[in-house]
Amino acid sequence: MKAGFGRRYMLSASHRLHTDALSDEANRAAYGKCNNPHGHGHNYVVEVLVGGEVSPATGMVIDMAVLDRTVQRLVVERFDHRNLNLDPLFAERVPTTENFCRAVFGLLRGALPAVELQHVRVEETENNFFECDSAG
Amino acid sequence: MIELTRRATFSASHYYWNDDWSAEQNESVFGRCANRNGHGHNYTLEVTVAGEPDAVTGFVVDLKWLKDVMEREVLSAYDHRHLNLEVPEFSKAIPTTENLAIAAWKRLQPALAAARGAQLRKVRIYETPEIFAEYRGEA
Repeated sequence: MKAGFGRRYMLSASHRLHTDALSDEANRAAYGKCNNPHGHGHNYVVEVLVGGEVSPATGMVIDMAVLDRTVQRLVVERFDHRNLNLDPLFAERVPTTENFCRAVFGLLRGALPAVELQHVRVEETENNFFECDSAG
Repeated sequence: MIELTRRATFSASHYYWNDDWSAEQNESVFGRCANRNGHGHNYTLEVTVAGEPDAVTGFVVDLKWLKDVMEREVLSAYDHRHLNLEVPEFSKAIPTTENLAIAAWKRLQPALAAARGAQLRKVRIYETPEIFAEYRGEA
């Protein structure tokens, strides 16, 4: 029988929304406060949902310790207390939470071979969140 | 099609143990959860139903009715209980969050199937605010 198992992780990072493709004025118009040259930060919540068969022996879809280790190593350690703009993944891409969510999905895809990565949800604040699934 | 979700909370105790395994293997796989004295959680049950809003009432389902179904089918059996010792479906199956989501679905499905229009879409159970499992009726 298939079920999903989800886990929420917290990390704090800074970013600045700015693209060289637009003028300074157009950047300010597009990104408002988020274009502040000095950047700003958030406490992000990264929610990871994986799916698969519930093992009859353990009653589990995945060993939570394995999931935790993988997400810690590939995501939390990489981004926690960092500036997202300086990560190579955002060298050519604005670190909006849409792009951050997609980047996290890409880092975890293939890293958990025993289960299916169903979705990654990133909450930037309590009031906004973004979701990415295998459809892109 | 509109999805509607209702949330409820319950508190219960449990432990993880596979009778086919040695004590060492249970402790190795389940860690602190294998403590036979049990431990407990404040669970959150989220039930999502889907359907078209009724042309007259504007409801997908009557929320009071849904609350009563959740109370009768799930909370009355799980709340302030020891899941392993007092809930029949966990006399054999281990009461992991995954199995709780599946078991809650099985309890809710017949009552919701009897309702006109709305279908059970998803059951999600939070064991803590950071850990949840969900079941969508997949075989």
